[in-house]
Amino acid sequence: MTEAVRPALARRYRQERLLVLAGKASIVIALLFLAGLLGNVAVNGWRALLRAEIQLPVHFDPAVIGAAGEHDALAYARLVKQAARADLAPDAGRKARKEAQQLLSFGAALQLRDAVAADPALVGATKEVWLPAASAAELHLKAFEALPGAAGRGLNLSERQATLLDRLHEEGRTALRFNGRFFTAGDSRDPEAAGIGGALMGSLLTLIVTLIATFPVGVGAAVYLELLAPRSRVFDFIEVNINNLAAVPSVIMGLLGLAVLIGVFGVSRSTPLVGGMVLGFLTLPTIIIAARAALKAVPDSLLHAALSLGATRLQGIVHQVLPAAMPGIMTGTIIGMAGALGETAPLLMVGMVAFVVAVPTGFGDVATALPVQIFLWADSPERGYVEKTALAICVLIAFLLAMNAAAIWLRRRFEKLL
Amino acid sequence: MSGGTEQAKPAAVFSCQEVNVHYGAFQAIKNVSLDVQPKEITALIGPSGCGKSTFLRCLNRMNDLIETCQVTGRIELDGADIYRRGFDVVDLRYRVGMVFQKPNPFPKSIWDNVAYGPRIHGVRDRAALDETVERSLRSAGLWDEVKDKLDEQGTRLSGGQQQRLCIARAIAVNPEVILMDEPCSALDPIATARIEELMYELRRAYTIVIVTHSMQQAARTSARTAYFHLGELIEHGLTRDIFDSPKHKQTEAYISGRIG
Repeated sequence: MTEAVRPALARRYRQERLLVLAGKASIVIALLFLAGLLGNVAVNGWRALLRAEIQLPVHFDPAVIGAAGEHDALAYARLVKQAARADLAPDAGRKARKEAQQLLSFGAALQLRDAVAADPALVGATKEVWLPAASAAELHLKAFEALPGAAGRGLNLSERQATLLDRLHEEGRTALRFNGRFFTAGDSRDPEAAGIGGALMGSLLTLIVTLIATFPVGVGAAVYLELLAPRSRVFDFIEVNINNLAAVPSVIMGLLGLAVLIGVFGVSRSTPLVGGMVLGFLTLPTIIIAARAALKAVPDSLLHAALSLGATRLQGIVHQVLPAAMPGIMTGTIIGMAGALGETAPLLMVGMVAFVVAVPTGFGDVATALPVQIFLWADSPERGYVEKTALAICVLIAFLLAMNAAAIWLRRRFEKLL
Repeated sequence: MSGGTEQAKPAAVFSCQEVNVHYGAFQAIKNVSLDVQPKEITALIGPSGCGKSTFLRCLNRMNDLIETCQVTGRIELDGADIYRRGFDVVDLRYRVGMVFQKPNPFPKSIWDNVAYGPRIHGVRDRAALDETVERSLRSAGLWDEVKDKLDEQGTRLSGGQQQRLCIARAIAVNPEVILMDEPCSALDPIATARIEELMYELRRAYTIVIVTHSMQQAARTSARTAYFHLGELIEHGLTRDIFDSPKHKQTEAYISGRIG
């Protein structure tokens, strides 16, 4: 007997070792892909955390900006041009002067206007000011600082502009600073001024709408289907269709939103309100399925105990079953929301692909969302958007990680309560 | 009452006549008529699948939860048919408590477990609830073990303590009857002995109906025993009569361990 078993035993152990090995190899491959993705976006994106500034003496000329500095941004743009001309190309020709002006971002004008608004005494004075560089100049200066991987040196710049920047750099009149504006500003036609703040806020508002629209409906539907509904043919039909709903391609949900929400109900397009509801179509089946699974996992004995004490069915469900199922429901909801966060196609259908400069503050404001912003930037020809795209991807992934962390935290908390 | 005359037999708490229970096409209970006397322990015994648990669950209508379950016949609680149309099942379960086979405390604090029943019936006053919790836990013989950790999870107690917590939870609403569905089957012998002692105490205040697989348990604790076989009530009477001189061969065979 043992003579027959032993050789087979060795083979069985070998099979088991192979299985473990295959499992480990799969995990290593998955981790390599993940590391490759994260490494790639991090390497490409981290330079977007920096912005270039150029130091210039600015004469706050009352003839240009008004005696109290009350003129508009275009007047301040003229002020910047004057300063650039006077300092960078004092006695050169028209072309050289224009090229010198091009080194500075339009954001410089806004910065000066804000400075005068904060301190009106500046009008008439002359002061050394650090001003944001235009995108091409910024890329050149980043290359100058020998940042690894910076490829923008001399790109989209004339020979004269490149020399000028090199000189400014040697004089110590250029600097790379932390670009905090990236996280608060909206989109911009100028890559150096574009920020992810608008899209971040848009995504947040959209997800709030999605959550409010789907969580109560999803949990309610799950409770009814799992605990209250009589098993019948209608029930089977509904069950099959909820599972089908979860598999409908997202772009079709976008079309549904376009046709029904915007076309029939007249919800205004491009807003977090309509975007959130469309994402809700996608999230709802996920929440229902996850909540049903969580409710099914709660032992019947809890409901029976409550009923045996004279609780009504509603009391038993609300007091005992739902709290016990909450960790699972929350996890499912956040997974659904994380899926919604990454959705792009349905948002394109309801117009959340608009170019939005202002950061949205309400559910009815025109807005865009993180993945749509990434799509827009990745689609832009300007070189300056490349690193912005990568950093935006980092922000999206960080948002996702934060949501998953919240899911884990919530689950732990609820499990502790149980 | 008056000296010399024999005390009138007290009216039955439950009076069941010709009860039949079907699960779809399967008949689980066949024509069972049985009275449950107040303030004593009635044990339902019989082999697995004989319908004793099904019958127990008819008494507080927990069978309602099973869609295919059909109950016919009359089951009267204090003279009122509990299966009559319009009989309030919440009120029934408020009067007829239940302890289940597997301890099933709520995943909440010990205090919350015991206070849950009174709370759903409208007791809001914290002091009154505190008093009920203490009284119930004392009655269940658990107070001394848990009085310093009332806010700890009920599910962290040992199996026997959990079952006593469930008993405390059931008596917190002050029911007339307590149904126990094999309350000791998941417990070790020491915990079982404690529950049996407890049942013996509780019978002074409550009518108890217990389903058990253990003949010794039925013999030790109950005043009356009913023997079920394949959905039929074979024999019903005083426990000592059933165990000492069973009238039916089947009963004798089961009690002596030859079947079951």
